[in-house]
Amino acid sequence: MFSRILKYLPFFSDAEVPYTVTARPDTGLYSAKLGIWLFLASEVMLFGGLFSAYIFLRIGAEPGYWPSGLLNVPVGTANTAVLIASSVTVVLAWAALKMRQLAKYKFYMAITILCGVLFLAVKLSYEWPAKFNHFGIFVRQSAASKYEEFLGNKHLSETGQAPRWEISGHLLDAPKGSPYAEQAHHNAEHFAHETHRHDAVTEADDDYVIQLDPVNADPDSKENDRPHFLPRPLSSKIAVIKAADVESASTFAPRHSTYFATYFLITGLHGLHVLGGVLVFLYLWLPIKGGTKLYQTNPEHLANRVEVAGLFWHFVDLVWIFVFPIFYLL
Amino acid sequence: MATTASSTAGSHVAGSHHEAHHGGHDDHHHHELNFLQKWVFSTDHKVIGCQYAFCGLVFLFLGFLMMLVMRWQLANPGVPVPVVGNFLRGAFGPVVMTDAGALTASGYNVFGAMHGTIMVFFGIVPLAVAGFGNIVVPLQVGAPDMCYPKLNMASFWSFFTSGVLMLASFFVPGSAAKSGWTAYPPLAGIADLPADSSVWLNGQTVWLVAMVFNITGSLLGSINFISTIIQLRAPGLTWMRLPFFVWAQFVTAFLLVLAFPPLEAASFMQLTDRVFGTSFFMPTGLVVGQALGQTWSGGGSPILWQHLFWFLAHPEVYVLILPAIGIVAEVVANNTRKPLYGYKAMVYAIFLLGFLSFIVWAHHMYMTGMGAKVAAFFQITTIMISVPSVILLTALLLSLWGGSIRFNAPMLFATAFLPMFGIGGLTGIPLAFNAVDLFLHDTYYVIGHFHYVVAPGTIFGLFAGVYYWYPKITGRKLSEFLGRIHFWGSLITINGIFFPMFIQGMAGVHRRWYDGGVTYEQLAGPVLHWNKFMTVSAGLLALFQLPFIWNFFSSFWLGEKVGRNPWNATTVEWDTPTPPPHGNFDKPVEVYRGPYEYSVPGAPVDFIPQTQRP
Repeated sequence: MFSRILKYLPFFSDAEVPYTVTARPDTGLYSAKLGIWLFLASEVMLFGGLFSAYIFLRIGAEPGYWPSGLLNVPVGTANTAVLIASSVTVVLAWAALKMRQLAKYKFYMAITILCGVLFLAVKLSYEWPAKFNHFGIFVRQSAASKYEEFLGNKHLSETGQAPRWEISGHLLDAPKGSPYAEQAHHNAEHFAHETHRHDAVTEADDDYVIQLDPVNADPDSKENDRPHFLPRPLSSKIAVIKAADVESASTFAPRHSTYFATYFLITGLHGLHVLGGVLVFLYLWLPIKGGTKLYQTNPEHLANRVEVAGLFWHFVDLVWIFVFPIFYLL
Repeated sequence: MATTASSTAGSHVAGSHHEAHHGGHDDHHHHELNFLQKWVFSTDHKVIGCQYAFCGLVFLFLGFLMMLVMRWQLANPGVPVPVVGNFLRGAFGPVVMTDAGALTASGYNVFGAMHGTIMVFFGIVPLAVAGFGNIVVPLQVGAPDMCYPKLNMASFWSFFTSGVLMLASFFVPGSAAKSGWTAYPPLAGIADLPADSSVWLNGQTVWLVAMVFNITGSLLGSINFISTIIQLRAPGLTWMRLPFFVWAQFVTAFLLVLAFPPLEAASFMQLTDRVFGTSFFMPTGLVVGQALGQTWSGGGSPILWQHLFWFLAHPEVYVLILPAIGIVAEVVANNTRKPLYGYKAMVYAIFLLGFLSFIVWAHHMYMTGMGAKVAAFFQITTIMISVPSVILLTALLLSLWGGSIRFNAPMLFATAFLPMFGIGGLTGIPLAFNAVDLFLHDTYYVIGHFHYVVAPGTIFGLFAGVYYWYPKITGRKLSEFLGRIHFWGSLITINGIFFPMFIQGMAGVHRRWYDGGVTYEQLAGPVLHWNKFMTVSAGLLALFQLPFIWNFFSSFWLGEKVGRNPWNATTVEWDTPTPPPHGNFDKPVEVYRGPYEYSVPGAPVDFIPQTQRP
């Protein structure tokens, strides 16, 4: 049955094209290597377009509308180290194949795959979900004075810093009909023991109630000039914000701001590239026709495949080397 | 040894033993392929090229039909479309057509957006780049196939998926995209997003998804072209021995590889704007209708989209024109029986053109108020790019000089390409200047300008290619007589459509008036009568395509049978059996000379194939 379906697929009808394994003498390249470099050129332009968008939007952002310091730097640094380590091991895997040491290849490739999986696991289980638990409200500038105790704009302007318009933390109550009402209810129950405010959800119908991040709990403090709050626990202080004073309100989802939009799009696309790389490595690691079985018939071909996939992997690393500073550090 | 007279010049290279062996092997190979493998899920570059070309021709025809309906509306605003009005009402629904069968304002926007999208991304690029490129480039460089046959198939199916999605988008709630082929936000960010329809299943969103597939297919295909040209050139085929068509495809592929990804990125961004409510292109304080049920944080920039879009779409203009110039160069050299004038200058010019095309994009954006210094920069680069364009056109024109020209159907189209592209190019120069563009922007002058480049320009070049290579693909010639009717009819009527656009445009007629300007009669009155003239011309142009369509299909069976080299051409693709088998060549290919050794003094015949030993 399976072979009857396969019969209709075109896998065996290719014309015999030269230079699939050996290099063409005058270019010094086997074809796949040239192809991956061209593909990476297009990838440079793809991420280049996204990074240009980041620069364009960041430069164009009004003061106080481009958050910084929101991401967990230690975790990001650890993930950077994981990716760099995997870049080393993939080269070791390739070198092992070139020296025809299959066991060593399998070992290093396994580490590479594990590193990729670990990177994705951190993203999926911690970094991205942490954003969706947080809620930010940009208050209208005309109403900002009412919330000065959470914004600290007097302190910021005295010290020559950009103003702050956002109040963030965990949402405990949302106005009636808000798409976030359910999340607020859930949070209110979950965090009640922290806030000791069992009455938070009983406020009026048009209020947002937020258990504050440290930055809004103590906005005049010098150490809160840059938020840095994701690793820090929330304060037990609460802010109540009238819906009429709200400019925009959202979880730290893509729709929150152009900052999170670029963050999720670029890290998401990068994550897809990591996933793609891991799947290809898995394919080259498993004992199947295109993987380590190929070693028995044409070890050089397998080495070429690893080299090409490795080039892609280095590129994915390189993208992260740009992503990490622009989102985590700057 | 092959026996047809025209092929003997090059065929004595091969030993008959090898030929027989190779042929036998190929036949054996063929029998294993079932119908689906051979004609549908094929990895053979010729079949994939034909798939692309056929899809491209179908899309060109669909785009042309949309244009006919729009032109009817412009000449007869609100009058039901004759004959097919009821059918269109049934097919496209009340958003596009009134009950009486006339085009609605929304419908005009739908057809306008889809005409542009389909013609550019689904008609010309698949036909010119992927179609002709796939069929001809591997043959001209003496390769058995494209460099990555499976990737080639993947490219086609990615393109095919995008085409199906794009056509299907006519039938989603609210009909297809209405925001122009340029999809400018914030309009495109909110278009088709009423509260009661899904954020996924609506015209503009499907347009974006289709574009992502289309771009992916183009990218993979271009990588394949570049690799094929670099890696699979036959022995002896040095760079300066490449036919000019291969150079054109080479530069085109680089443009696609480097310019398309930013639009892919931009499409992702517009998609998330629409689907996940991000604000990449949504400015702060944007106020839209209450019913949209969608809010944006703001902080985005509509100009960002324009930058990313035109960063692709200006090189895209050269993607549309360069393959056609390549085809015209082949046809001109072959039918003047002379080498191209200034072949090397043309090669350098096309590289310069490719490079400059990346730094002119903002001349589409003078109206955004980008500032005098930036505008001056883009004015200068835009004027600079006319230099290599003029080198190419002049070299082709001078190639005609002193030739004993064979005016067959491909040559007629190639010759007509020169003045038509010339008009298109020269009318672009005023648009390069900021001050003039502020007046002409978004008028019919612009429409006339770029249609002269791509319709009687590129499409005539493509017709030349169809008439020129049809015998190689099918083994039969297209009818010369029908070809002449097709040519003369098309040449006259297509000018009847596009030339009056310059007159209307300079009088200020705006490109998006769906009633042809009746509402603005005070302004446009003196030039409105041209609408009727253009519409009649368009109808006649449609009639003159009928001989071509008949010719195209009937010649499969009725056309004159030809041998390997019916045009007595020099380039390598004519050195294969006709039609070329799987694997292309029946003998090892080796190249000994430049691409256009026509009328070499002292030679016994007026052409020496590249594969002929010195």
